[in-house]
Amino acid sequence: MPKPLLEVRNLCKNFGGVTATDNLDLSLQPGFIHAVIGPNGAGKTTMIAQLSGALKPDSGKILFDGQDITSLSSPARSHLGIARTFQITSIFHEFTALENVALAVQAHDSHSFRFWRPVKKDEKLRTPAQAALDLVGLGGRPNVLASTLSHGEHRQLEIAMALATKPKLLLLDEPMAGMGAEETLRIVEILKSLKGEQTILLIEHDMDAVFALADEITVLVYGSVIASGTEDEIRGNQAVKLAYLGDEGAAF
Amino acid sequence: MWLSRENIIGLAIFALLAVVPAIAAVTEIPFYLDLGRRMMILAIGALSLNLIMGYGGMISFGHAVYIGIGAYVVGICAEHELVSGFIQWPLALLVCAVVAFIFGAISLRTRGVYFIMITLALAQMTYFLGVSLDRYGGDDGLPLAEPSAFADLIDLSEKTSLYYLIFVLLLFCLWISRRLIHSRFGMVIQGARSNEERMGAIGFPTFRYKLTAFVIAGVMAGLAGVLLANHTDFVNPDMMHWTRSGDLIIMVLLGGMGNLIGPILGALVFILLEEFLSGITEYWQLIFGPFLILVVLFARGGFLGFLDKKKPTEDGDA
Repeated sequence: MPKPLLEVRNLCKNFGGVTATDNLDLSLQPGFIHAVIGPNGAGKTTMIAQLSGALKPDSGKILFDGQDITSLSSPARSHLGIARTFQITSIFHEFTALENVALAVQAHDSHSFRFWRPVKKDEKLRTPAQAALDLVGLGGRPNVLASTLSHGEHRQLEIAMALATKPKLLLLDEPMAGMGAEETLRIVEILKSLKGEQTILLIEHDMDAVFALADEITVLVYGSVIASGTEDEIRGNQAVKLAYLGDEGAAF
Repeated sequence: MWLSRENIIGLAIFALLAVVPAIAAVTEIPFYLDLGRRMMILAIGALSLNLIMGYGGMISFGHAVYIGIGAYVVGICAEHELVSGFIQWPLALLVCAVVAFIFGAISLRTRGVYFIMITLALAQMTYFLGVSLDRYGGDDGLPLAEPSAFADLIDLSEKTSLYYLIFVLLLFCLWISRRLIHSRFGMVIQGARSNEERMGAIGFPTFRYKLTAFVIAGVMAGLAGVLLANHTDFVNPDMMHWTRSGDLIIMVLLGGMGNLIGPILGALVFILLEEFLSGITEYWQLIFGPFLILVVLFARGGFLGFLDKKKPTEDGDA
């Protein structure tokens, strides 16, 4: 086995009396799409928030590329190569699609204490931004104001912004949330095209999508891992069926 | 788009301002000149506040403090017979930069209503410092013995010269602001207003950029203060009173936040209304208040937003 890109050890997070993350251990192989599934309230988004630096864990360690990043801020982690998307669309509504992505490109192109040249003519930003839009299928709508894009397009834009930072690790928090079948399929295709090159941690409720994409699946319940393995291992796991799948067991 | 409504209104404003001295001369009402200068000085102040408030989402309730400090530096220098503008002006802007840096570093640790309250508190603190400066007139203020001297370059005691200097400086500030907001730096500031969490996730440590914007706005307001001292030949703590900061916010809201011409238009309208209404009644704010409420309720984008109903186009020109 190669060295894992991301390693999480004994991660804990409490909100008052609620344990959102409970001694979580996780290991991500480079190039893999690693899906994390679990019922609502299993602490998936809390986990992403801690991995991306938006939330400080109470205890535990996060190692990225062998480096302890537990105490690093969001921007610092972004510069190390961790990008995330948000479950609830988080974009710049007043900007165009292209401007949204160009800003993500800009964040990784040296500092931004540049006061004079207009970004509108900055091909160093626009070209990679357009490429990222093309990649997610938004290439034809670069100048549309983000607030007027559809929900599905917002989700695509989220991914484009994350990809534009050229991450080593992409954290996707329910990229298909609230999408129709056709739109879901499009996202699955986009992620498939990244498979093998891009390490992805995917949180998703859509089981078809998870099984179509994931190399490895981890099942999270009440903030801790109850099972981890390949698709077949998870399908066959009795604990998973009992604890998580319940009436969704039919999907297996 | 070059001939957007914003630009047309901007051109109209500057064309009008350019001929004010001529109008004052023809009508023999020098008061117009005085009014025009005051408008433009406050327009610089409103423009600078709009940089952080309209574009950066930082609602500073203490922005007049930089106008006051700029004015005081000129006043105190003059009091010590240091009248050269070449020294006074850069010194004033430098002091404003330092104060804005310190105040910004403190207040930008907070958000929302706390930010508003802290900027207000810091500004009031400075106001009372001004009041306590007995050596420099304290509460009564400090008359300016003579205006800033620029060798033979320009004579600021000549009021038309001063007028055109302010005119040019307002245009200069507008130009600077325009470059600024369309630059990489400007995008970061606007992104931080729009979605700070996302900015962090894509890799921007926003604090340093917001602080820089805060300092730039402070320096620009300081310039307005320097001009104000030369305009009124007088400096007093009242220039930094919190109600003056409130006036600046009102100007920005009146004209329209988040575009460049709005605050200038707002400052013009504010001063005009103040003049006009206070001529009618001593309690002019009784009329001005409801008027302001109407503008805020029915013209969310201020005057410019009201006049310019056009939504951003496919070109993304907002």
